[in-house]
Amino acid sequence: METRRVYFDNNATTPLHPEVKRVMADAMETFGNPSSLHAYGREARALVEEARKKVAAFIGAEPEEIMFVGSGSEGNNTVLSIVTCQGRPCSIGSFGPRNLVTTKIEHPCILEASKCLAERGFGVTFVDVDSDGKVDLDRLEDAINDRTALVSVMMANNEIGTVQDIKTIARICHDKGALFHTDAVQAVGKVRLDVKELDVDFLTLSGHKIYAPKGIGAVYVRKGAPFCPFIRGGHQERGRRAGTENTIGIAALGKAVELRDLEMDAEGERLRAMKERLKEGIAAAIPDVHFVGHPTDCLAGTLNVSFEGAEGEAILLYLDLAGIAVSTGSACASGSLDPSHVILATGLSPECAHGSIRISMGRENTMEDVDYFLDVLPGVISRIRKMSSAYAGRK
Amino acid sequence: MDKVGWVYSDKVLDHFMHPRNILEDEQAFQADGVGVTGNVKCGDQMIVAIKVDAERGVITDCKWKTFGCASAIASTSIMSEMVKGMRLEDAFRLSPRDINKELGGLPEHKIHCSVLGDKALRAAINDYYEKTGQAEKIQREEARVVCSCMNVTDHEIEEAVLEGARSLYEVQEKTKVATVCGECTEEVERLIEFYTNKHFCATEGRT
Repeated sequence: METRRVYFDNNATTPLHPEVKRVMADAMETFGNPSSLHAYGREARALVEEARKKVAAFIGAEPEEIMFVGSGSEGNNTVLSIVTCQGRPCSIGSFGPRNLVTTKIEHPCILEASKCLAERGFGVTFVDVDSDGKVDLDRLEDAINDRTALVSVMMANNEIGTVQDIKTIARICHDKGALFHTDAVQAVGKVRLDVKELDVDFLTLSGHKIYAPKGIGAVYVRKGAPFCPFIRGGHQERGRRAGTENTIGIAALGKAVELRDLEMDAEGERLRAMKERLKEGIAAAIPDVHFVGHPTDCLAGTLNVSFEGAEGEAILLYLDLAGIAVSTGSACASGSLDPSHVILATGLSPECAHGSIRISMGRENTMEDVDYFLDVLPGVISRIRKMSSAYAGRK
Repeated sequence: MDKVGWVYSDKVLDHFMHPRNILEDEQAFQADGVGVTGNVKCGDQMIVAIKVDAERGVITDCKWKTFGCASAIASTSIMSEMVKGMRLEDAFRLSPRDINKELGGLPEHKIHCSVLGDKALRAAINDYYEKTGQAEKIQREEARVVCSCMNVTDHEIEEAVLEGARSLYEVQEKTKVATVCGECTEEVERLIEFYTNKHFCATEGRT
């Protein structure tokens, strides 16, 4: 019997949109180097600039404010690296403020880059979040001072889906004279946003979270914001990011945001209803569960739930055997020994963090997927709890 | 399963899907010895309960419960089968490597999860000795301080190896061992080799 397959891990990555695939296949014919002056080059250049316009329009930016990069992680590392910059055109480095303020729930690429800055002698503050994963705005404000070069706060969290009030945070930063960056990898294409309205200086987005391929992302750099390249050695991207452009990926990203613009609102409504059903279904069928994440300011398709006494990797693998793909905050699945830093930051106990799973739905998921999941999950949890040494409740 | 197979071996899958000897009713089992190890906070805990034929000194039944991942479940399940009929002394010497061999190998980063079962088994055997007035047979796994500057024990070095550290530098990153006077460096290197051989079969699945 063919097992039904349900992909509930869209925050990890998404399948290509069929129309994006078509655009990529076409772009494969345009092999020229966008930097070449001849016709082949000009064709490739046109492809890249067309996509740049689309990405810019989608987030309310000017095309020249969009810089293509190889991934969200590269984009985030690039922005954080300007804290160390000692070059003349961007001298916010050694002669100016050199501290960074960020939060405890950022993606590892921000956390690790921040820790690296701290090791190199820059002041780094990690601000707390509340039990819903919202950044504590008072503490954030207190953490920013005249030594602060940059503040970086993610817009939507990848694990629990909580969406921050970026507009207010940007205002707090600017009132105190600091630059502001938001990692919007999980937000772009799911939450409507406009960089001018939010008034951010930098914003990172990624292709493969929105039905474009892996290996392409973009950074919005506000006109006039200080900047220093992370990857040097070429004039591409207005001298900001060396390396021959990934024309296929860029064309795909352009198409992906265009499609997001058309699909995201209706899809958001649909996902919200699916998440409601999921939440109600889980709460009705399984005792001793904890939902993590903000009840309203949350990505429509993301649900993080923790089951007392059930270890996350075991849940993930039993679900996998039933054809369902989710992810977990358990240490055992990550190769490290620590459970999710995000869930711990919300104040949930380590044992709950070890027993958490993340369901992240996307454009291809249906209510039937939700129902199948709800058919399978209670049996999995009760099976694990029956052999659990850490579950005293009803089985 | 689908064409990409499963993340672990078929035997691990079998024991994960159909775990043997789960301790569902502690009261009814009436164990002769019970051992608990691990910590829920760290994401893994194990209870092992044994029944012993006192005359022959042989384990007649072994049941278990865990808050643990697939590797912990599968390795303890197979261990509970292995020890039935085994003499207490032999069961006490059962190593994670023996269990791992029986399972057909776990990915290296999952070995750490599989050592709880035999630890809890030893605790259960000691518990049996204690309850039956054979305290002289109890063998404690006492930690010995190897590095007196940083107060690091042999257990911590073993733990670091289980977590994947293989070189002195990697063990130092985890434990800070031998980072002050350096007098224990040679012994630490010896221990790293010893624990690596103890837990990881160099030839298994590799060339």
